[in-house]
Amino acid sequence: MNITPTTARPVWLLAGVMLTVACAVVALVLGPTSIPASGVLQETLDRLTPFTVDSGLTPTQKSIVWNLRLPRVALGLLVGAALATAGATYQGVFRNPLADPYLLGVAAGGGLGATIAFVNKWGDGNGVFDGVQLAAFAGALLAVVATWSMGMAGDRDRPTTSLILAGVAVASFFTALQTFLQQRNTEDIRQIYTWFLGGLNISGWAEVAQLAPIAIALLIVLAMSGRTLDVMAVGDEEAKMLGLAVPHVRIGLLVAASLLTASAVAVSGLIGFVGLIVPHAVRMLFGATFRVIVPLSIFAGAAFLVASDLVARSVLSPAEIPIGVVTAFFGAPFFIVILRTAGAR
Amino acid sequence: MTAAISLHGLSVDIAGATLLHPTTLSVESGTWLSIIGPNGAGKSTMLRSIVGATKHSGDVQVNGTSLSTMKRMERARHLAWVPQTPTIPVGFRVVDYVLLGRTPHRHPLAAERDEDLAVVHDVLTDLDLGPFVDRQVSSLSGGERQRVIIARALAQQAPILLLDEPTTALDLGHQQEVLVLLERLRSEGRTIVTTMHDLTLAGQFADRLLLLAKGQIVADGDPVDVLTEQNLATHYQANVRITHHDGAVMIVPLINDLQTSKGQHL
Repeated sequence: MNITPTTARPVWLLAGVMLTVACAVVALVLGPTSIPASGVLQETLDRLTPFTVDSGLTPTQKSIVWNLRLPRVALGLLVGAALATAGATYQGVFRNPLADPYLLGVAAGGGLGATIAFVNKWGDGNGVFDGVQLAAFAGALLAVVATWSMGMAGDRDRPTTSLILAGVAVASFFTALQTFLQQRNTEDIRQIYTWFLGGLNISGWAEVAQLAPIAIALLIVLAMSGRTLDVMAVGDEEAKMLGLAVPHVRIGLLVAASLLTASAVAVSGLIGFVGLIVPHAVRMLFGATFRVIVPLSIFAGAAFLVASDLVARSVLSPAEIPIGVVTAFFGAPFFIVILRTAGAR
Repeated sequence: MTAAISLHGLSVDIAGATLLHPTTLSVESGTWLSIIGPNGAGKSTMLRSIVGATKHSGDVQVNGTSLSTMKRMERARHLAWVPQTPTIPVGFRVVDYVLLGRTPHRHPLAAERDEDLAVVHDVLTDLDLGPFVDRQVSSLSGGERQRVIIARALAQQAPILLLDEPTTALDLGHQQEVLVLLERLRSEGRTIVTTMHDLTLAGQFADRLLLLAKGQIVADGDPVDVLTEQNLATHYQANVRITHHDGAVMIVPLINDLQTSKGQHL
């Protein structure tokens, strides 16, 4: 008898890395300015590895690769990984397939924070620790804390149900405030609207440097928590009897996933669909345990968002369409294909 | 013999109603205690309060140590609980599910060790579950599934097993199969506590029966002494004839004397 639990096999992880790298390479090579692919790759190797490679690019081309394309791809990788992993964690903690990273009010809170910042001219959403980013981050966390304190004061026997309901109430309240503010400041509506649709249109490495440390640390912690999410899959009561300190584990996982989401939202606005769909696609293709879903969602989310961003800036090039439109427009049919093929197996 | 479990004034009150009156009791190591009683007597409540799934007063000790002084992980290394209707996560294969039993032996962020996989292997072999190891738990029949759930409890390597109605959802053959398995586990040194609906089977397999009624112990002892026509008439409002066959207690409901609530003879 062969005891092989449903786990993220090294070959799958390797495939995930390769897929992610492939998407990143294509996204680097393609852009509104035509630059030779070999030059782009050589320049990237020159910059990111200790090797010295002469790419033969002009200074302008070098600058496009290093200051525009690379940071944008790096941000896409981080944000995609963050949203997909946070979504997988939320689905596990709430034992609910419809849970997404915005379930506890991160989106509504972040949206209110960003709106307050836009109408007060605290920033434009770009740069390092920009006013809009900080306000969105603070608003997102405030909403989660409000949801948590209301939800935990509710039905103690069904903490997850009462959390979800509290999340709905908090999100409605924050959205009401946000809409009110937005309607009173119609001159900012375009900026606000663009922020809500999300995007990776950043000014350079500053945003990446700001997001990377916290995102990578939280991704590692969550990737190690897959087994614990599997224990939670049998429900609070049985998980407790299996020795899991359920209340502590739940708050720990939700804090990690919410921080991760809020950090991503602060930089990229609200990108929908990734956190909901990517973990499900991974589940259907590779197995139902979270020890598979969480680590593979990191790569699948990263690859998916970079690919979506490539589409977002290519279709109407040089104009860009909001990335949230792309994730939904291409993600939904793709998901349905997986749903059908996995169901047929 | 030492007491594997001892209850000291264990009681359960919920919203002003007393579901279990203060109970003091000890269960000897390596024996099988079955809790019986009519619906609503407090069987499950008692079992759940022993494992700490229900809020209770009083103290539960395991091998002389109070459970309230133990962390959850330590408790789960002493007591393994099989609920009446366990939650089976969608898509989990048998090996994934049984591996959950190793939770009290690893840190929440740590991977399982070879030792954990070895325990799962031994348990699955022991319970003849080898052919099912890669099957999804939800695709198994009732009897196979119950064996898988017991396998998860055994993977905890706890000396005490508590099972809430382990045979209720099973047909007769599978009931016997599960009970024979539990008897074997007991003979290997484990302490078993079950709640049971089927009195004949309870009497046949348990060393000791505890008859609960309205949250109180009303009879406690050898099956022959607990399963009496008088006890069943008083606490189950059941009209039965008790016969003995090869040392087993057999309970035969008497239909002729049974009356409907309207006083008509059936």
